[in-house]
Amino acid sequence: MARAHTPARKAAISAVAWTVALLIFFPILWTVLTSFKTEGQAVSTPPVFVFFDWTWENYATVQERSNYARHAMNSVVISVGSTLLALLIAVPAAWSMAFSPTKHTKNILMWMLSTKMMPAVGVLVPIYLLFRDWGLLDTLGGLVAVMALINLPIVVWMLYTYFKEIPGEILEAARMDGAGLSAEIIHVLAPMAVPGIASTMLLNVILAWNEAFWTLNLTAAKAAPLTAFIASYSSPEGLFWAKLSAASTMAILPILVLGWFSQKQLVRGLTFGAVK
Amino acid sequence: MGAIALQGVKKSFGGVAVIPGVDLEIENGEFVVFVGPSGCGKSTLLRLIAGLEDASGGMIRINGKDATALPPARRGLAMVFQSYALYPHMSVYRNIAFPLKMAGVDKAEIDRKVRGAAATLNLTDYLDRRPGQLSGGQRQRVAIGRAIVREPAAFLFDEPLSNLDAALRVSMRLEISELHQKLGATMVYVTHDQVEAMTMADKIVVLNRGAIEQVGSPLELYRSPANLFVAAFIGSPKMNLIEGAAAAAHGANTIGVRPEHLTLSREAGDWKGVVTIAEHLGSDTFLHVEGEGVGAVTARVSGEFGAGPGDTVHMTPEAGRVYRFGADGKAMA
Amino acid sequence: MATTHTRAAARLTLAPSVILLLAWMAIPLAMTLYFSTLRYNLLMPGMESYVGVENYGWFLTDPAFKAAIVNTLTLVLGVLAITLIGGTALALLLDQPMWGQGIVRLLVIAPFFVMPTVSALVWKNMLMHPVNGLFAWIAQSLGMEPVDWFAELPLFSIIVIVAWGWLPFATLIILTALQSLDSEQREAAEMDGAGPVSVFAYITLPHLARALTVVVLIETIFLLSVFAEILVTTNGGPGTATTNLAFLIYAQALLQYDIGGASAGGVIAVILANIVAVFLIRMVGKNLES
Repeated sequence: MARAHTPARKAAISAVAWTVALLIFFPILWTVLTSFKTEGQAVSTPPVFVFFDWTWENYATVQERSNYARHAMNSVVISVGSTLLALLIAVPAAWSMAFSPTKHTKNILMWMLSTKMMPAVGVLVPIYLLFRDWGLLDTLGGLVAVMALINLPIVVWMLYTYFKEIPGEILEAARMDGAGLSAEIIHVLAPMAVPGIASTMLLNVILAWNEAFWTLNLTAAKAAPLTAFIASYSSPEGLFWAKLSAASTMAILPILVLGWFSQKQLVRGLTFGAVK
Repeated sequence: MGAIALQGVKKSFGGVAVIPGVDLEIENGEFVVFVGPSGCGKSTLLRLIAGLEDASGGMIRINGKDATALPPARRGLAMVFQSYALYPHMSVYRNIAFPLKMAGVDKAEIDRKVRGAAATLNLTDYLDRRPGQLSGGQRQRVAIGRAIVREPAAFLFDEPLSNLDAALRVSMRLEISELHQKLGATMVYVTHDQVEAMTMADKIVVLNRGAIEQVGSPLELYRSPANLFVAAFIGSPKMNLIEGAAAAAHGANTIGVRPEHLTLSREAGDWKGVVTIAEHLGSDTFLHVEGEGVGAVTARVSGEFGAGPGDTVHMTPEAGRVYRFGADGKAMA
Repeated sequence: MATTHTRAAARLTLAPSVILLLAWMAIPLAMTLYFSTLRYNLLMPGMESYVGVENYGWFLTDPAFKAAIVNTLTLVLGVLAITLIGGTALALLLDQPMWGQGIVRLLVIAPFFVMPTVSALVWKNMLMHPVNGLFAWIAQSLGMEPVDWFAELPLFSIIVIVAWGWLPFATLIILTALQSLDSEQREAAEMDGAGPVSVFAYITLPHLARALTVVVLIETIFLLSVFAEILVTTNGGPGTATTNLAFLIYAQALLQYDIGGASAGGVIAVILANIVAVFLIRMVGKNLES
């Protein structure tokens, strides 16, 4: 807007925006603060905000008692593994749809999108039974496969929209310049595709990390990722808020940082390229 | 060395014949411009020569050898694309060096050639930049540099100036013409802008609906257009095409008179009319006249001509400058 | 580019994605359909028998089903209302010049990255707990009676928790759309004498229409199957007060082991989701053409 903004107006807007932003962020901040309190301080009334005896004890306890590291590792394996698997399947598909589209390309894309619309509960029963019969319940392999499949449409779509932005003329220029197929891929396509693939990866890791329907229903103790592990705090004994906070902080911080880096891609990925 | 010959070259996309069959000779060192309205097949024809499209029929010879089935890289041609198609992740230096690297040229030689091309194109200071940090004109030069270093048999240009602003377009036009004179290489240039075609070409190929309407030097096309299409396409402002009684008086179905070949008078002339709009350019005056019996006519008068809307004027076509066309649209002898 | 061998290559590269997705969708769906016609309980293995549409009749007339439908719709509509209105307001706010805009933005979008089980437990215990929760303390400090959120307003509490997670999503998308609004359009409207309200109503809002529709459709898809938040807070209760369709089917299948009934519910859920999906797919498809 061409209007001149007075400093007073800017200050007022800043004040309102910061207040609202801190209110929205508060539950996360509160969780992080509580994770450094003793259990007594965690439930005290009136609550203590900053002036308490900071302690790392909860983090140690969470690890000791419930093997946090193992569940964190499960989360990493499931989110990264499913992402890599989905990329492996999706990259060639997105590639050929973007660079040599046929008259079916659009229909295939739309159909892939439609599979994402299917509610998980619609197939919970057969998937659960198949997993039980095939011995896949509570295994990392089973979850990696499921996560890769449920996110495959988003991965194909995101890659497709990124690949689509690589101008065809550049590939033609490379061919005129004497690049063979392998040189074309190594020197031209790959460097141009890497940012798109990396963004897709990032978003997919975030989505898989936070997925809490299949992970809750298909895992028990062994393969449970952090989503399921945290859920086990819903029926605890005794004082547990500080420990819950410590476990929660560890579960959300890494992904929060990743998420902050992927704001733009997030919009594009989750809207299937409809909003950029 | 770069002679290109097309013999009955055809191209169809999914059963639709975009180019029904073209015969054309391009001689070594010639600057040939393909011109025509959008969708006339001029770019497709260029891409067929480049090898970016497979011909559906006919033969393409480069330097006498059949190149119809050769992949683009082995035809020895270089192309400058409309979008420049620079590699965004490579520096200017690496962009220009890329074709040499693909050809396996050794490093010292690459360096020599890249620096040589950069010097020719005033790009020396920009060799470390990425394409994203360059202006449109500079990108255009990089694209040309990438073409030059290969020392190709012929340069192919696909509407290379259409993304530049008007002033830059004029100066790049001159640069490309100078480059042609300096290198003496064959150049095939596609444009929809007849001014570019007229100013740059040794030979113009006018295309319409995938077929060649006329081939000739700019002045040949200006002086003796073969048909109505070429007559209307070449020249600015456009040739006035007049039908009816005025045409019949010349024994033709349609007659064409270029605006610059109309003599204006306030007193008397062949056609009487009323000025609707007068455009005063200083060096010229364009008068849009609603003529009696001849319809809307544009006249170009050299220098300043003191007429305004509503004034009555009389127009007389110059003798020998009236083009006559038959009912089939072809020029009559 | 498109020569015969690239066509064949295209088919080859597409095949894994298409076949896997087809298998993932078609096989379980067919099994769900099949199971929905059986009397099939995991506690009574070997007793499966064909019952036709009886499961549907049973499921549809179950009072829990009616409650679940109402709860599902309330949840979806409630969260949509909060996130759309709140998201638009927030996006308009964040689009203004201010100090520390980048940080404000980071703070606002953070909740989207919190896994549902964490947000549900944090809200349930540390914020909404009737005795030790922060809200109870605030209410007491203001001299009011603390609310026992999950006993008195269970569904509302879940709506708040879910909306907290989706508000950033709506904000981010609306903000992205807002920033793509050509400022010349706004200036033209101002030149034409439009005040801030008119500019919002006639320029900004129509420009946002597409982003808002996308938010509605995508959120609806996800909100129809909210599950984890319910599981770790109320377990569908008290009674069926917070049981939505997803939770009802889960309970039917994995708590009561009634495979037939749960499958019938699954088919119904698929049909409901498809009604939404048709609209979303049409929209994205239109975008693909432009």
